[in-house]
Amino acid sequence: MSTTTTPPPSRLDPEAVPRRDVLGLAAMASAAGACLLALVGMLRMPKAAVLSSPSKKFKAVLPENLAAGEAFVPPGRSVALFRDAAGVHAISTVCTHLGCIIKPNAEGFECPCHGSKFLGDGSVTRGPAPRALPWLKVSHTGGNWIVDEGAPVPPGTKVQA
Amino acid sequence: MTPAEKPPDGLREFAENLKAAPRHIYETAFRGGTPATDRTRSTFIFGNVFLHLHSVRVHRWTLRWSTTMGLGIMTTSAFLITLITGVMLMFYYKPFPEAAYDSMKDIHFVVPTGRFIRNIHRWAANVMVVAVILHMTRAFYTASYRKPREYNWLIGLGLLVVTLGLSFTGYLLPWDQLAYWAITIGSNIAQSPREVTDAIGITQWFDPGGIQKLLLLGSDVVGPEALIRFYLLHVMLLPLALAALMGVHFWRIRKDGGLARPADADARLGPPPAGTYPIFTEAPQRTYQLAAIVKGRTPAVNNGPENTVPSMPHLFYAELGVFMLTVLICLALALVSDAPLKELANPNVPENPAKAPWYFLGLQELVSFSAFMGGIGVPAIVLLGLGLIPYLDREKEGTGQWFGGPGGWPLVRRSIFVGLGSTLLVETLVIRFGWLREWFPHIPQLIITAINPATILTTVYALYSLWLIRRHHSTRAGAMGLFTCFLCGFLVLTIIGTYFRGPNWVFYWSPGDWPKH
Ligand code: HEM
Ligand code: FES
Repeated sequence: MSTTTTPPPSRLDPEAVPRRDVLGLAAMASAAGACLLALVGMLRMPKAAVLSSPSKKFKAVLPENLAAGEAFVPPGRSVALFRDAAGVHAISTVCTHLGCIIKPNAEGFECPCHGSKFLGDGSVTRGPAPRALPWLKVSHTGGNWIVDEGAPVPPGTKVQA
Repeated sequence: MTPAEKPPDGLREFAENLKAAPRHIYETAFRGGTPATDRTRSTFIFGNVFLHLHSVRVHRWTLRWSTTMGLGIMTTSAFLITLITGVMLMFYYKPFPEAAYDSMKDIHFVVPTGRFIRNIHRWAANVMVVAVILHMTRAFYTASYRKPREYNWLIGLGLLVVTLGLSFTGYLLPWDQLAYWAITIGSNIAQSPREVTDAIGITQWFDPGGIQKLLLLGSDVVGPEALIRFYLLHVMLLPLALAALMGVHFWRIRKDGGLARPADADARLGPPPAGTYPIFTEAPQRTYQLAAIVKGRTPAVNNGPENTVPSMPHLFYAELGVFMLTVLICLALALVSDAPLKELANPNVPENPAKAPWYFLGLQELVSFSAFMGGIGVPAIVLLGLGLIPYLDREKEGTGQWFGGPGGWPLVRRSIFVGLGSTLLVETLVIRFGWLREWFPHIPQLIITAINPATILTTVYALYSLWLIRRHHSTRAGAMGLFTCFLCGFLVLTIIGTYFRGPNWVFYWSPGDWPKH
């Protein structure tokens, strides 16, 4: 009769390593997963679903005596309105470089911040501005001109009353 | 209890404890006894959570004026000053657009000492920026970033970024014209990756620039959301980040064995002045239990600590001196010069010229050619380069020594000429003859983004640095050349942006020549 009896395992003995590893790893992974999920949830917060920016649509009253090629900037807005035989069009006066408000002049527009210059159709002729000024959507309803600063249209789009 | 023992007189004991309370409070506060001898001072330092950021003894090399020039402590002091004055300003400041401006006016004209406190805050912030740049410069030129201090150099870079972030976010808070337009420009720089994504036509799907701006402003314009975000960053998140990083920075200095010093520092210092060495005249009271678990060589038992002096008072006096000097500088500046407050922010009329805080004007000069390269591309390259320095320069020669390393001061002097010369040359050319779009109006934007003064100067500096590495067979030589060039470039561009750019960012020899409007 062989006497190679192994003593019964005590509950104080460490458990077999693999099982402990699996449980430990699972615990850590689930903790990490939970933290990550919470983080993703929190990261969504800083970007609001609706931005609280002022309304981009506004009504404009063009002066009667606005000459062709002359810019009219409605008070408090960053848009230049033009009227000629082909109709009315609007060009944004927010510089495409770093967002300064450009001033209309005889040749087109000029930016006070880093000296970008634009032609009357919005295209860049000098300075750091990377893009032409966008043309904006104009519509005529109920005798009013409505400009939408948030809706760019292809350059050259003019609207008849 | 035997009947002979009387019960203790509770009231008597109470009265005695009460009488002894002041003495006991003192004793528990100064657990090691009055910090009057070297031993009690040591116990005082390592028994105190704030003081124990210092080691109990410092090497004499550390205390030499030329080792640090006190610049790290000056940065710390300036931060403490902004902290105190900033909290005072918070009593009155209201983070909502027009109210913010009104509260600044109140602080200026109604609140007793308000204007003075604001001036101190503003000036201390400027002192902090100057000091942190100089501190980095000295850590670089003394080659103090080398092993084992690489990681602390990275922490330092984090501190630099947070310091600049604090200044930038603070700039918006007055809500005046200066603030509004500087932040408009700043947030559009954050959006400038669009310069590239637009040019290759993928902005619709992939728009990191737009996301950055949106996160910064919480809206697509600089409005109430932007102000509250900047306010939160300025008074809470960034100061906390700075404090945490500072804690790590100081702790690392201790763990890295104090400040870097040359290998032959002891020989160079000569014998210590009488009465400072070795100071532990009293017999040791404890054995070196801790020494057993600290890695490194065995402590020099009975040898007296090598060439060190007690931090208290020597280091503390030096720190107090620098702190008082910083306070003095800030107070003096605040007395002679008021912090600016322009008209209320007006989103329809940009300030002309619209200038950012002075330390960003060098970048603004670069931005006036390409927003993306000047505002994001090159700064990112510079930060990356700075972070890599300690990992690329693994040399030993010259550690802890001014302009240490192959080439030394003559190399730095030559690099100053190269840096100043190339920057001035490029700027002269573009100011005189304009840039690509003036010559070829229909040039694609990507070419301008790739080739502009920012990228040209970076390339020139980098090529010069590579040449130095080859010539001196040393990365340190290249690093010194590169760092010097960038420093010179920063200086020249900042001066041009500050003094020589007027309305429409046109070059003027002096503000007196600006057109009147
Ligand atoms: C808020 C900003 C910072 C504070 C308050 C600060 C504070 C300090 C202080 C008090 C010291 C002790 C030596 C001295 O006074 O010069 C020090 C050392 C050091 N700092 Fe900074 N620091 C800042 C930013 C930086 C930056 C931007 C860098 C570099 C990128 C840097 C890199 C280092 C290094 C490498 C050392 C060790 C120098 C040596 O061993 O000689 N620190 N810092
Ligand atoms: S914002 Fe117009 S040129 Fe820079």
